[in-house]
Amino acid sequence: MAAAAAQRPLCIRGGATRQMLMASTDEAVEVLEVGGHRGIVAFEPSELVVSVRAGTLLSDLEAVVAAAGQMLPFDPPRFGPASTIGGVVASGLAGPARPWQGAVRDAVLGITLLDGRGGIGRFGGQVMKNVAGYDVSRLNVGAMGSLGVLLDVSLRLLPRPATTVTQVLELGLGQAFERMARLGRRPLPITAMAWESGRLRVRLAGSEAGVAAAVKAVGGETAADADQDWNRLRDRQLPLFQGDGPLWRLSLPATAPQPDLSANWLLDWGGAQRWCCTDAAPERVFQAASALGGHAMRLTPTVERAPLPPAQLRLQQRIKAVFDPEGLFNPGVLYPGQY
Amino acid sequence: MDRETLAARLREVLPPEDVVDDEEALRPYAGDALTAYRQQPRVVVLPRSIEQVQQVMALCSAEGVPVVARGAGTGLSGGALPHEAGVLLVLARMNRILELDPVGRIARLEPGVRNLAISEAAAPHGLYYAPDPSSQIACSIGGNVAENSGGVHCLKYGLTVHNLLGVKLVTVDGELLELGGAALDSPGLDLLALVTGSEGLLGVVVEVTVRLLPVAASVQVLLAAFDSVAAAGDAVSAVISRGILPAGMEMMDRLAIEAAEDFVGAGYPRDAAAILLCELDGEPEEVAAQVERVTEILRAAGAGDIRAASDPAERARLWAGRKAAFPAVGRIAPDYYCMDGTIPRRHLAEVLTGIGRLSEEFDLAVANVFHAGDGNLHPLILYDANQPGQLQRAEDFGARILELCVAVGGTITGEHGVGIEKIDQMCVQFTALELERFHGLKAAFDPAGLLNPGKAVPTLARCAELGGMHVHGGRLPHPELERF
Repeated sequence: MAAAAAQRPLCIRGGATRQMLMASTDEAVEVLEVGGHRGIVAFEPSELVVSVRAGTLLSDLEAVVAAAGQMLPFDPPRFGPASTIGGVVASGLAGPARPWQGAVRDAVLGITLLDGRGGIGRFGGQVMKNVAGYDVSRLNVGAMGSLGVLLDVSLRLLPRPATTVTQVLELGLGQAFERMARLGRRPLPITAMAWESGRLRVRLAGSEAGVAAAVKAVGGETAADADQDWNRLRDRQLPLFQGDGPLWRLSLPATAPQPDLSANWLLDWGGAQRWCCTDAAPERVFQAASALGGHAMRLTPTVERAPLPPAQLRLQQRIKAVFDPEGLFNPGVLYPGQY
Repeated sequence: MDRETLAARLREVLPPEDVVDDEEALRPYAGDALTAYRQQPRVVVLPRSIEQVQQVMALCSAEGVPVVARGAGTGLSGGALPHEAGVLLVLARMNRILELDPVGRIARLEPGVRNLAISEAAAPHGLYYAPDPSSQIACSIGGNVAENSGGVHCLKYGLTVHNLLGVKLVTVDGELLELGGAALDSPGLDLLALVTGSEGLLGVVVEVTVRLLPVAASVQVLLAAFDSVAAAGDAVSAVISRGILPAGMEMMDRLAIEAAEDFVGAGYPRDAAAILLCELDGEPEEVAAQVERVTEILRAAGAGDIRAASDPAERARLWAGRKAAFPAVGRIAPDYYCMDGTIPRRHLAEVLTGIGRLSEEFDLAVANVFHAGDGNLHPLILYDANQPGQLQRAEDFGARILELCVAVGGTITGEHGVGIEKIDQMCVQFTALELERFHGLKAAFDPAGLLNPGKAVPTLARCAELGGMHVHGGRLPHPELERF
């Protein structure tokens, strides 16, 4: 509020584990530490809903819901022990289960927001079905704090499956696409499909009986230590993510052909999220992704987002101005120089 | 602009027969399924292409003419009620399935495609579109996007917003925006989520891309009878707390059971105070294991009679009573008023007791049918519009039910939308500041306020007239509601 009065731009910081995505281009910004605003506000296991202060550590939240046999559906990446749920929601990043268990925004039921006008508003609520008012809570997921500071969030949870098994199939990229499409058309309890270096991994989760039947349907070999592999993929710890080359993320229709870029590929989300290191010019990667009906983003050495069509950019700027007309929060984090 | 001039101008951009300005021909368009409200539009247009919609919007925008978009007109909150000085933009003729990709499991649709037609087209590929509002035979996908429609399977498969990949939106000045697409996310702010459920106030949905799901290999339905509504509510919580996520979990109280039995004879136990229908789906092995566990849990929660239906005919019979519940109630009273509040499920017994007391206070009977799994209540208030004062009493009763829902941390509408019907209750659920942000968002899309004016978000002046702004549940006025 003091900042609003002083009109000083602020960089919102919880656990500071997502700084590579949330770095502001404006050097003059001051840091607003919000990690201290923590604690579970309400948790009713029978409702599959938890309400939590945004500074709560992701690990603390997960421990509480796990004790009741539940979990966050969107399988968020951990970039360090200091990750807060506010950062998870603001960045909107989901793990390998995303196509089957939903995105972060799918699980967000409500938020309390401190916006750039100094107002505190509660949007959405604590119930799954709620169509009163515009969906400001989902608008804030992935908004990178550009509309205000998240104070509280209410999230939908899922029951933890009784058992989880990963099958590994030795398949080339073309065969892997074919197999993923075929498996996707069957009502199997799949919760992840990823391909790298000639190996397709399929994760199955559910009751013992259901998973045992699905294992037969999927075929291949059952992997040992599969959890560790999935976590390394989710948390971006695999060698591809650690290399020197510019790292790109392409979000494409799952069955889109491979873009014409020479690169090493890693496929997640059943083919809908594709990672690669390529020296191709950014314009070329953006163009390749857009031609296939998706979009691209460069993560290293610096973040570069796909340009927005002019009409969309103007609209997004107007929406930013509704909540933060002076551009106080996280200026330039989404589109440097634009909002 | 007078009717004649407006129609003439519209006929410059549309074939003459696609512009309706004849008094008689306008009559069927005077309202949606909330029949208490009627208003004839100045002119109706029936475009057949995105370009035509863009031209209509550009013209109306330039002339300052209000526009209300309408799909099939099955909405329950008056969202498609025409504006007296405006154009009613009927999208029902844009009803082609543009693409159905069984490999990518997506469908690209014009907005007038009926909800059920999507699943019918996908069925030969073993796929379906999950959201299934009760009007799915008739309602259109464009309307589903505008209302963020639900259905009986939301608990497991989500609402429209969870099954939507992209929309094409024509803005108030006729520009075409693509929000989302066939990929799972898009750059920048999530405008797709914002537009979903915005009740036609932010733009006109002219194309919709949805994801399709594989049809479950096995489906079973359990029917359980309880001797109290509270026990049935606790049973729902017990099932979910034990890690089972049914595809659907529906509850009906005694008045609804009796009405349904008299109407379709679904075989429900008439002596039960409440029944629970629980649908489980998945791989056969998974479902068999779940049926066993759920039966145990229901029994432990006090269920008397428990029946399982595994073959499609028996399953259809058990669902028939629930699906016919609204018309069944329509047979026992001249009129009924359907509410749509959602509450955290743990407050179910408290809220139902409260509704019972209000029923006595207003001297109007109420039948309860609801999506118990997600706490979405549909109390049906029985009244007779021909008796002086009864409609007003039913509306006042309904308003009190919604205030009760908000007071326990719920919402005034779970799936039917605010429209014109619940606009005053928005003042109960939201603060002045929150409403101001909504108006700000509206202005970001539609500065002149031409799209569906007067719906969904009340003006602050209107709320002030109703007796000042309220704050949210927990912190809030209506202390009398906390007593239940």
